[in-house]
Amino acid sequence: MGKKSVIPFGPQHPVLPEPIHLDLVVEDERIVEAIPNIGFIHRGLEGLAPDRDFQKYLYVVERTCGICSFGHGLGYVESIEGIMNVEVPERAKYLRVVWAEMARMTSHLMWLGFTADAFGFESLFYEAWRIREKVLDLMEMTTGGRLIYSVLKVGGVLKDITPDMQKKILDDLNEIEKETREMTRTFLDDYSVKTRLVGVGVLTKQQAHDVGACGPMARASGIVCDMRMRGYEAYADLGFEPVVSQDGDSYARCEVRINEIFASIELVRRAFERMPKEGDLAVTVKGNPDGEYFARIEQPRGEAIFYSEGHGKPALDRFRLRTPTFANLQALCETLKGAEYADVPILILTIDPCISCTER
Amino acid sequence: MGKVKKSPWLLHYDGSSCNGCDIEVLATLTPVYDAERFGVVNTGDPLQADILMITGGINQQNAPVVKQLYDQMPRPKVVVAVGTCACSGGVFRECYNMLGGADSTIPIDIYVPGCAARPESIMDGIMKAVELFQKRSDEHDRYEKEHKGEAGPVDPNINTARDKVRMKEMKGAADV
Repeated sequence: MGKKSVIPFGPQHPVLPEPIHLDLVVEDERIVEAIPNIGFIHRGLEGLAPDRDFQKYLYVVERTCGICSFGHGLGYVESIEGIMNVEVPERAKYLRVVWAEMARMTSHLMWLGFTADAFGFESLFYEAWRIREKVLDLMEMTTGGRLIYSVLKVGGVLKDITPDMQKKILDDLNEIEKETREMTRTFLDDYSVKTRLVGVGVLTKQQAHDVGACGPMARASGIVCDMRMRGYEAYADLGFEPVVSQDGDSYARCEVRINEIFASIELVRRAFERMPKEGDLAVTVKGNPDGEYFARIEQPRGEAIFYSEGHGKPALDRFRLRTPTFANLQALCETLKGAEYADVPILILTIDPCISCTER
Repeated sequence: MGKVKKSPWLLHYDGSSCNGCDIEVLATLTPVYDAERFGVVNTGDPLQADILMITGGINQQNAPVVKQLYDQMPRPKVVVAVGTCACSGGVFRECYNMLGGADSTIPIDIYVPGCAARPESIMDGIMKAVELFQKRSDEHDRYEKEHKGEAGPVDPNINTARDKVRMKEMKGAADV
């Protein structure tokens, strides 16, 4: 039995792109307990909702997080459309799916890069980010932004994807798929990568259920939960099937995210096939929101819940956002118990932390 | 960009940004944009860093962290504020928890605008920072040579009259 000591981890740490502080109680090299301390990026943007027009507040919500920017915008417009009973045009629904899935691809490719960096595989990190740039180029071509897109509006979308763009996207996706397959062979089959991932940070199905994990974290532990199964936007027509793995270790979480990249590529292709060739992009929205609504959507990191409440004024009275990383932090503390100190960076990264969403 | 004798190391800290600029800073360092060809390397250790890149504004909780990072960096040092939030507070300026842009806590040398700042403009900021670092480094060396290593009244970090005025105005500024 060794002596217990506390090692502070963060808020500034080489593996962390964002600040989070963890107090790690260690006994020799083994972690007994992890106590998270968040709030380094807390801005209080929910507090801005009563001061802003509900249409203009969308631009604040999109800046909750630069990685899941599209997801946040989508959840917010869904919650407002829910209050006001707005029926979004069919084509706009498909366009939203296309952008949401491409944003998911950039997020997962980014995560693969960070994970490779955490276990010290620099060239794999660069490879993942090189492929990510190609997806970002497609996003920039269609929306005009690399990370913050601002193409959504209450009642539809602002921009269209022309047939030329569509052809270019489909061509590039073939290339992206081929390159990603080559790259992910290293993640899934390489001996040295496996030694860092297989059996590290196991979260059983029961544990994942108890701590309320969501997104790829829960799906890697065998829980079938994906908000896209709800069939919001056009997902109901696209025959969506969630990607699930059973082992619950870091390798399984890696596998789930890799397979989700391919699933997203497939969804984009299907969306282009079934999209109405022409049609309105948005409907005009009149009046102010009066009522309340919960919107639940699947972001790259899991389920996000958006609550909006308005009382007939231009500004919302209350906006509340519950993000996936907040749910997964409990799962992180669970997996850190009993882990080796050297595995801490990988375990923190396997939940795909998005601290700026969590703290808002 | 003039002749650069040394390779400055970069330290990146996320103040309270939305993550967009952080990802773009990292994208700038990866081979597609490749900022490393200007001789900069990304490091996680403030004790070895020469250029601090700060993204996002400052809030109540991270102000001491940012101050501490700035103090831990050896002189001469250059600070680059990346993104609109770090420059002025951006869309979050009126949020209750924000103190403002990064210059509310530490002195900033170079401002890179954009929401999120594009890799091209971040690269421009890095090049200007490298140039400024070289200038300060030369001044620092000259000062030490003349004064044989004594700590003098002049801080090599403070280059212009504007900086001096700002330094006085800043309440609770880092030890400069």
